[in-house]
Amino acid sequence: MTNTDPVPPPVNVPRPRARILACNQKARQLAALVLAQRGDTRALTQDPPPTQYPYGCTTIFAPGWEVDSSNGTHGLCQPIERDLYDCYHTCYWPAQVPDGVTNAPSWTSSCGAPMQDWKSIDLVFP
Amino acid sequence: MQLRTVLHRRFRGDGETDFVYVATSAAILGVDAPTGAIVDAFATASGRDDEQWLAEQPDAAQAASSLHDLIDLGVIRPVGEAQAPRAQLPPMPFPLATLVLNVTNKCNLSCTYCYEYGEDRLTAGTGSKGAGKARMEDDTARQSIDFLLRNCGDRPQVSITFFGGETLLNFPAIRTAVEYAEQRATALRKRVHYSLTTNATLLTDEVIDFLTQHRFGITVSIDGDQKEQDRHRTFQKGVGSFATIAPRIQLLVAKNKERKGRSLGARVTLTAGAAPVPDTYRFLTQELGFDEVGFAPVTAGLGRTYALGELGYERLLREFGELAEDYIAAAIRGESHGFANLGDLLRELHQGVNKAHPCGAGLGLLGVSTEGDIGLCHRFVESKDHELGNVATGLDEAARTSFLQRAHVDTKTDCTKCFARPLCAGGCYHEAHVRYGDATKANLHYCEWIRGFVDLGLRSYGRILSRNPRFFARFETS
Repeated sequence: MTNTDPVPPPVNVPRPRARILACNQKARQLAALVLAQRGDTRALTQDPPPTQYPYGCTTIFAPGWEVDSSNGTHGLCQPIERDLYDCYHTCYWPAQVPDGVTNAPSWTSSCGAPMQDWKSIDLVFP
Repeated sequence: MQLRTVLHRRFRGDGETDFVYVATSAAILGVDAPTGAIVDAFATASGRDDEQWLAEQPDAAQAASSLHDLIDLGVIRPVGEAQAPRAQLPPMPFPLATLVLNVTNKCNLSCTYCYEYGEDRLTAGTGSKGAGKARMEDDTARQSIDFLLRNCGDRPQVSITFFGGETLLNFPAIRTAVEYAEQRATALRKRVHYSLTTNATLLTDEVIDFLTQHRFGITVSIDGDQKEQDRHRTFQKGVGSFATIAPRIQLLVAKNKERKGRSLGARVTLTAGAAPVPDTYRFLTQELGFDEVGFAPVTAGLGRTYALGELGYERLLREFGELAEDYIAAAIRGESHGFANLGDLLRELHQGVNKAHPCGAGLGLLGVSTEGDIGLCHRFVESKDHELGNVATGLDEAARTSFLQRAHVDTKTDCTKCFARPLCAGGCYHEAHVRYGDATKANLHYCEWIRGFVDLGLRSYGRILSRNPRFFARFETS
């Protein structure tokens, strides 16, 4: 959408021609809605075609993270140590962990039980 | 992913821009040639794979950007996409905006095509007498006003329309209703707008003075010049009514102009063999002085000789097209034009009206019979099958809601593939009742006519928009 102005510009104004013009009131309302939504967070199902999203991502949104009221992690519904593996196996938050499919397939091999030894996980440099 | 262009209609203006009327939203978009080509490319029954299509495009980046815009604007969508359920009804009870008072069911004319007294009547009774009381009593008129003001919610303005029979046969009830409405509305800080339809035979100086003083919106039922008018619009002994009404209309026009009243409308009923629409339009505006003229094909059951047949509709569409040329020329000059059918259509197109129901009957509008019985609209009052309560005892909300649910456009499967659906929504309940015995059915007998007329409206919209887009500012809602 490049122009939501109901009045097309006069022909002698040197500006690029709009590809789509919102002509009637309903079109202008729709165009305003689309422009307002662009760049905002939105549910995956609202954005067909969903070509940019990783496969296997969860559809739930469960923020359980950082520390509990005693500054520990045991009171959290989703302790950070487990969250780390959730990112890896189920692609919960893919930006947070190394890519275990192609570039760093063994980045967790030194860590058998993350709740106890998560500090032994290797560093991975891109 | 398979994508497909949704239900739409393409049309052209006078310039380089093409247009798309998107029937799912009633949005009108102007598209340049490459974007129009995308709309067309995806307009197939089974859709098209977007990645495969993009790979074939010389300028893939531009094509992807336009495609993305069209997807977001709802013009192209995934095949088989689940539709969000449409609201069946707005929150009920829906506040009333207009009440039509049938102040009498008697008429001093005997128009041969009349749905009220002819072969297609809904009510019992014979000849020019309806089933109920001949005249609405003053008490019922006052109860009707109270009923309207009680059921109009927060609306700052309501409308009262007087109808008949011949409305002016019961002028005392009109006067009573207006005086009472003024008094009640002032107390409630609301405004009331009045309108009336009449055959003009009883427009005396006193009546004209009263109507113009209260700024009535007046519609005169008239079919054209003397020959047209006298063919069907006759007194009971078969004498034509033109000679009676012409001088009275001239008095009304003069007084209305003097008082700067609302625009004065003529309503023409079109029957088989009627004079060309543009001729009738010119006669009524130039010779008689009407500001607006609306044309309506006669409501008729099967087999009525006066009904417009298929050829009649074709001719009508051609003549509407001729008159539309005058409208378009005036609009390009920035002037108003009184071809009411086209003006109303252009207003709805510009606003992007998308109807769940064909009209306001049962929603914001109800009709009241001479006895105070409530019907869907003035055409249904006195029909026992469609009664919705009484102004004295209240509205039957259950019956009202039930009717509106059954009449929702989503229940009319025939309409699902029609681009004219946002504007037509199946058409007039009364027409459907006369034709099919069921008011909730779609009026399939005039689909081609409606589609042709909407097409004419779209082409007119495009041409005016290309030349004088500012014309449409008059139709904007806030």
